[in-house]
Amino acid sequence: MDTSALRAKFLGAAAAASDEAALEEVRLAALGKKGEISALMASLGKMEPEERKAAGALLNILRDEIDSALRAKKAALGDAALDARLKSEWLDVTMPARPRRIGTIHPVSQVMEELTAIFADMGFAVAEGPQVETDWYNFDALNIPPEHPARQEHDTFFMHRDAGDDRPPHVLRTHTSPVQIRAMTEKGAPIRVIAPGRVYRMDMDQTHTPMVHQVEGLAIGKDISMANLKWVLEEFCRAFFEVDKVELRFRASHFPFTEPSAEVDIRYSNVGGQLRIGEGDKWMEILGSGMVHPKVLAAAGVDPTEYQGFAFGMGIDRLAMLKYGIPDLRAFFDGDLRWLRHYGFAALDMPDLAGGLSA
Amino acid sequence: MKFSLSWLKDHLDTTADLDAILYALTDLGLEVEEVVNPAAKLAPFTIARITHAEQHPDADKLRVCRVETDEGEKQIVCGAPNARAGITVVLCKPGDYVPGIDVTLGIGKIRGVESHGMMASERELELSDEHNGIIELSSGEVGQKFTDWLAVNRPAVVDPMIHIKITPNRPDALGVRGIARDLAARGLGTLKPMPIPQIKGGFASPVQVQIDPALRAKGCPHFAGRTIRGVKNAASPDWLAQRLKAIGLRPISVLVDITNYFTFGLNRPLHVFDVAKVQGALRIAPAKGGEEFLALDGKTYTLRAGMMAISDDAGVESLAGIMGGEVSGCSDATTDVFLESAYWDPITIATTGRALKINSDARYRFERGVDPAFTLDGLDLAAQMILDLCGGEASDIAQDGAPIDTARAYRLDPARVISLVGMDIPAETQRKTLQDLGFTLNGDMATPPSWRPDVLGEADLVEEVARIASLTKLQGKPLPRAAAGVPKPILTPLQIRERTARRTLAALGYNECVTYSFIDEAAAAMFGGGADATRVDNPISSEMTHLRPDLLPGLLRAAARNQARGFADLALFEVGPVFTGGEPGDQHIQASGLLIGSIAPRDPYGSRRIADTFDAKADVEAVLAALGAPARVQISRKLAQWWHPGRAGVIGLGPNQIATFGEVHPRILADMGVKGPAVAFTVLIANVPLPKVKTATKPALALSDLQAVERDFAFVVDAGVEALVAVNAAIGADKDLIESVRLFDQFTGERAEAQMGAGKKSIALGVRLQPQGKTLTDAEIEAVSAKVIETVTKATGGSLRS
Repeated sequence: MDTSALRAKFLGAAAAASDEAALEEVRLAALGKKGEISALMASLGKMEPEERKAAGALLNILRDEIDSALRAKKAALGDAALDARLKSEWLDVTMPARPRRIGTIHPVSQVMEELTAIFADMGFAVAEGPQVETDWYNFDALNIPPEHPARQEHDTFFMHRDAGDDRPPHVLRTHTSPVQIRAMTEKGAPIRVIAPGRVYRMDMDQTHTPMVHQVEGLAIGKDISMANLKWVLEEFCRAFFEVDKVELRFRASHFPFTEPSAEVDIRYSNVGGQLRIGEGDKWMEILGSGMVHPKVLAAAGVDPTEYQGFAFGMGIDRLAMLKYGIPDLRAFFDGDLRWLRHYGFAALDMPDLAGGLSA
Repeated sequence: MKFSLSWLKDHLDTTADLDAILYALTDLGLEVEEVVNPAAKLAPFTIARITHAEQHPDADKLRVCRVETDEGEKQIVCGAPNARAGITVVLCKPGDYVPGIDVTLGIGKIRGVESHGMMASERELELSDEHNGIIELSSGEVGQKFTDWLAVNRPAVVDPMIHIKITPNRPDALGVRGIARDLAARGLGTLKPMPIPQIKGGFASPVQVQIDPALRAKGCPHFAGRTIRGVKNAASPDWLAQRLKAIGLRPISVLVDITNYFTFGLNRPLHVFDVAKVQGALRIAPAKGGEEFLALDGKTYTLRAGMMAISDDAGVESLAGIMGGEVSGCSDATTDVFLESAYWDPITIATTGRALKINSDARYRFERGVDPAFTLDGLDLAAQMILDLCGGEASDIAQDGAPIDTARAYRLDPARVISLVGMDIPAETQRKTLQDLGFTLNGDMATPPSWRPDVLGEADLVEEVARIASLTKLQGKPLPRAAAGVPKPILTPLQIRERTARRTLAALGYNECVTYSFIDEAAAAMFGGGADATRVDNPISSEMTHLRPDLLPGLLRAAARNQARGFADLALFEVGPVFTGGEPGDQHIQASGLLIGSIAPRDPYGSRRIADTFDAKADVEAVLAALGAPARVQISRKLAQWWHPGRAGVIGLGPNQIATFGEVHPRILADMGVKGPAVAFTVLIANVPLPKVKTATKPALALSDLQAVERDFAFVVDAGVEALVAVNAAIGADKDLIESVRLFDQFTGERAEAQMGAGKKSIALGVRLQPQGKTLTDAEIEAVSAKVIETVTKATGGSLRS
């Protein structure tokens, strides 16, 4: 049997097919039920065994060859069709992306979390207290009796009192220090807490707002000293400002609720309006601190002959301004979208010590 | 508190230079706020001598001088009439800045003759107004710095003024001597002795004094004075005038200046009455109320009942310890003066001063506390000065009452000092420090000096020792961890939720605001607040009168400001405290978000769409999910007045409301000047229940190999039927088999009503069945479907849509 003519015919037809339909026609003509090769295969049964064997082998080879050719051609046609489609599917990829709103975290929240991360590592929990306070918690318990000059200097906001209610008016807390009393009263000693939050002073001008954020620190134990206070604050500043060389100056001062008391200055330079912490020859006051006054411990139910420790308070907004170069305190509370976007932080910028606070 | 270096040196014998003194002051707790050093502007000038002076060839009034200077001989043209050979002058060279004429000199040519500098007049160096000629010095070497010459010959004009901040506990430092004592204790010199003169009165004081019994115990325990007769009250001598001028006080007359000198020098405010104008005895008594009093500041004050005043037969002559009166004040005509020295109770003075709003140097000192044991000594020191400067003769002392007893003692425990401060200060040093500050030590008991009313316990001794030892020198010591090992988490569940809410909202594209806790009354009232309980009695402005009852008014105000700046699309949020009342604890944490304008800017894909209630709902659900609220909640319309009554909902768990979302009431927006519509939500963070299970382990994941089956149902219901009713009914049809139900379509409006009848709508639910254990048969699926149809139609009063 000579299959060369058939072979040439169908291979030629397969190669010439211009689309899948034409190719299918070729397949049917050759290998379909009524196709020529199928017909020849069917005729094998009528042959003598010897002849059948030889012809069968030839036909099998032919059938496989044509089948491969058809498949190859089908793949090639598919590729060509895909190429043609892809050519038509051009997009201007410089067009804008679908819009997605980007939110931000306020610098005050961010800095509060930074503070918390640092002090948590040193074993400080976060305590809270009410912002409307009794004058006892805000003043008396902190060793500021009613006529103490310091009480006048607090520029206190007083809450309304109904006629007939003869209690002293409540105040908007002027500092976070009353949380010291509440925390010690509740948890006793030893204790280590920080208390971040809003405080209020009657003060509004270029550099003051009637509400600011403060963080209180309190560490009470059997042998906690002012030297420990200095170390804690040095460590805090080094971690917070993320500079290895931080220099603090402790300056004797006076707060009724600490004794001895110190104001703490940080060394900085001002180069072209940019503040740099840890260098230069200027000092900026950043916080007040001291050893908790025995009367304050006693007011909170802690035995001052057994326990001692330190407290400090610093301005969170001010820390944020210093660290992130934010110029104007008043803008913190204005909600100007441009400011929020510029000075705000991404949702996933979560400060932790492992990754660095502002990394 | 201001003082000059030379005033300090009246009390402190020291060789320390200005910088060392300034450093020590700040370190001691007497923080230096400002230093004005007049020598600084005179630093470049040197002393020179004119060797020849000739007539200028072209100008009658000019002379060409040859001047011997530290840089050799120079030619200088000078117009001063006294410029002549042989005089010693002050030289300003080319390049020097001359303060009195505000000029930096160059080499000049005057009428054709070169001039290498100038010789200065007093006015040109701002030393005085003298300008009739150049300065002629009576001494001085060529080349000597002029400031060095001034320091020796006219120290007052180069006297640095130092301004320090005094903390309220240090009244003693409101006198120069107290500051000197601190510096001496630090080791910067020694405190000079101050002998008290022995004055023998020559006659009984014609002005007698009497303290009302009502004030004797507290308000005015001790009042003393002397009459000095035959005085001449003129201008103060230069040294005294200079002392006062150096700290910005205007010299008035020697009698008045002496009282100021004692106020600032020794923290001993005094008062002088013109005896001729005092009628009868001086009585220190509480005011009856209504008395009018013309004070030395020229203002008339009306006294309230109980205010402490000094009166004579004519009426009130002095507001005791706060301000003297105009009527009985001293003038140039005064010949007989009554000098008052008294001790006034700090609290009484503070109360009166505050009530009358008078701030005087006397009030400032008496309310902080002057030395009660120094009343008579101060009187005699001042009387002696009057005798020395004004002449006259002193009377006996007229006095009533006696110095209060300040005696008290506290234990100095050197070991405790070391333990508290964390610095090794030897016991002997500690004792010496206290003694240098005027404490008396008896064994380990320390008695504070009478001028230190602030020392009220052992802790105060520690502070004195520590600050004199220098806290700047304190070395930090590590604070050991309270417990070894990895620190435990420290945040409370509520604190964590606050953070979670904040981060979730930022992740959803909201910008966090921090707005004031107080708002105006109208805005507070709009949001259910504004009651008197939340009113601030002394607000700083009418915009900040009430504590906020909700976060939305603050956010809406911020939105209005942003709209005014041209930003129309806003997504703002705040997480913070709101106040339900005026008692401590009447506050809780809210998280609120506000969407105004479009959810996206214009773009080619049609993303722009006005934010609506379901945007707010999506975000509030995201926050609730992040806080761990259960997925199944109830939604009610028990809405507060600031929500749109039809387009807002309250999310609750039983009776517990956890959030509200929806459109803000259009009237509220109009009242707050916000261009709407606006949608918002508020989450009451603390109301979201905490999980009952406290384990990190999650429940096992139950996966079924059996294929889930989805069936969709459409129902025709009344337009007012809420979707959640249908969804909950469907879920309840077979709680084991039905995994979830979701509303995926609704058909409402005119066309829907045309098809299904007036007041009707259609809703479509997708129900997902998850077989357990075995594949569902068609019959079982049919049975569940029938159950779904039955429960939904029963719950909604609707029917299956055919």
